[in-house]
Amino acid sequence: MDPAEEIEPIVDLQGRRRAAGLLAQARMDELQAAWDTLPDRPEVKAVRGPETGLVMIRGRIGGGGAPFNLGEATVTRATILLPSGVAGHAHALGTDKAKARLAAIFDALWQERAKRDFVESTLLGPIEARIAAEDKRTAEETAATRVDFFTMVRGED
Amino acid sequence: MYVAVKGGEAAINNAHRLLADRRRGDRSLPSVTIEQIVEQLGLAVDRVMAEASLYDRTLAALAVRQSRGDLIEAIFLLRAYRTTLPRFGTSVPVDTAGMTVERRVSATYKDLPGGQLLGPTFDYTHRLLDPSLLSDEPIEEPARKSASGEHVMRVSDILAHEGLIEADGEFPEDNEAGDLTREPLEFPMGRDLRLQALARGDEGFLLALGYSTQRGYGRNHPFVGEVRIGEVEVELEVAELGFAISLGRIRVTECQMVNQFKGSSKAPPQFTRGYGLVFGQSERKAMSMSLVDRALRAEELGEDVTAPAQDEEFVISHSDNVQATGFVEHLKLPHYVDFQAELALVRKMRADIEKTRRDGNHNPDQEAAE
Repeated sequence: MDPAEEIEPIVDLQGRRRAAGLLAQARMDELQAAWDTLPDRPEVKAVRGPETGLVMIRGRIGGGGAPFNLGEATVTRATILLPSGVAGHAHALGTDKAKARLAAIFDALWQERAKRDFVESTLLGPIEARIAAEDKRTAEETAATRVDFFTMVRGED
Repeated sequence: MYVAVKGGEAAINNAHRLLADRRRGDRSLPSVTIEQIVEQLGLAVDRVMAEASLYDRTLAALAVRQSRGDLIEAIFLLRAYRTTLPRFGTSVPVDTAGMTVERRVSATYKDLPGGQLLGPTFDYTHRLLDPSLLSDEPIEEPARKSASGEHVMRVSDILAHEGLIEADGEFPEDNEAGDLTREPLEFPMGRDLRLQALARGDEGFLLALGYSTQRGYGRNHPFVGEVRIGEVEVELEVAELGFAISLGRIRVTECQMVNQFKGSSKAPPQFTRGYGLVFGQSERKAMSMSLVDRALRAEELGEDVTAPAQDEEFVISHSDNVQATGFVEHLKLPHYVDFQAELALVRKMRADIEKTRRDGNHNPDQEAAE
């Protein structure tokens, strides 16, 4: 496959996982803005979906024991193909099909050597920063509700 | 003879039209939006997701709106919706130890790693109605304090270090977690299936059963080891990729109940446990669930089964409020023919008694109607 030279081989599993995780938490406005600023937008072929279904979420007995089925969540997924032959997949909680389609496109673009920097700097970096800021805020708000115990001094007798 | 009757089509259509009107209420007031329900009635949304057994805030809020705030009706709507979707797969079990914690309290340890984090709680409020909420006064931003970054350690892990508490609840390696949405319920069932049923069980029913154990009907001496609320990551193995990816986060409430200890000639005494895990923020439900989970382990732990909360078939068969409301509410649907049959029977019995009396041959052991 000729376009293969254009494609970063997927040896970096951690990197791909990170990208997929960030794309799952992307907001529609973030994806749309990145798509709108993308130079030479590719022709995208839909391979599967976008379609909505369920994932059974598991917990563990006692927190760390044997798995049990906690309940389901809605998940929307999409698979697309770029003209280069690179396939992109997206899975995210919720029912937003337009979001899943765009996330799949960016998953594919991230795998292309020429586009990865754009995806990182325009989309993944900002999403990562947003999530970190949100988590920091939650952590700080929670920390403010931490109880500081003090001991009442009792008379010695 | 069975006579089928038809009718009521126009009445039903008009009733539904009237329902839509009453749902909307006074047209001079703005309509409540889905976003407003998600943001401002979040705990109602959480309850609907938990008991519908489907995590989706937007759809749960839609169900609350459509049901005029009748939460069991909303749960029914969301349950019905889930049957229309295919299942893509099963997640990797969520890691509650790695939770982004928004609240964590322990009733067993004052000073514990991670601390007592009160979070957004109703506890310690005075339960006085707040007249300022009659209007829309500005609300101050939450206080902030730099976070220590200290790991919010599980209480069960603290006790486990000394071997003072039983393990988390293991099954053999090859055990596949049962799924009550796929197989009919059979008793006795494994703890995995029971927890699935309890996680979607009616909060009021589980609360009452948990309360009954505290009042002495299957007492199990509970302490809240900890309750924690926060977000966990949901991961799915994707065949096309060959590894697990994150689908996003969900908020859950977890309760670790630490219960009466037990020992034998072979094993030294150690605390036993009950477990609760629920979608959304609902510690009342998670705590009730863990009390009932512990009560239902009576037989496993060699205790006498004497109370309703310890009776697996009774508890699990009646914990689902969609099933319960379906069977109770069906009583209001037409039973004209059944009732006519009963009526005819009672009339005949009375006539028979009259006849016997007239004949001067009184029989007091006349068989009663069903």
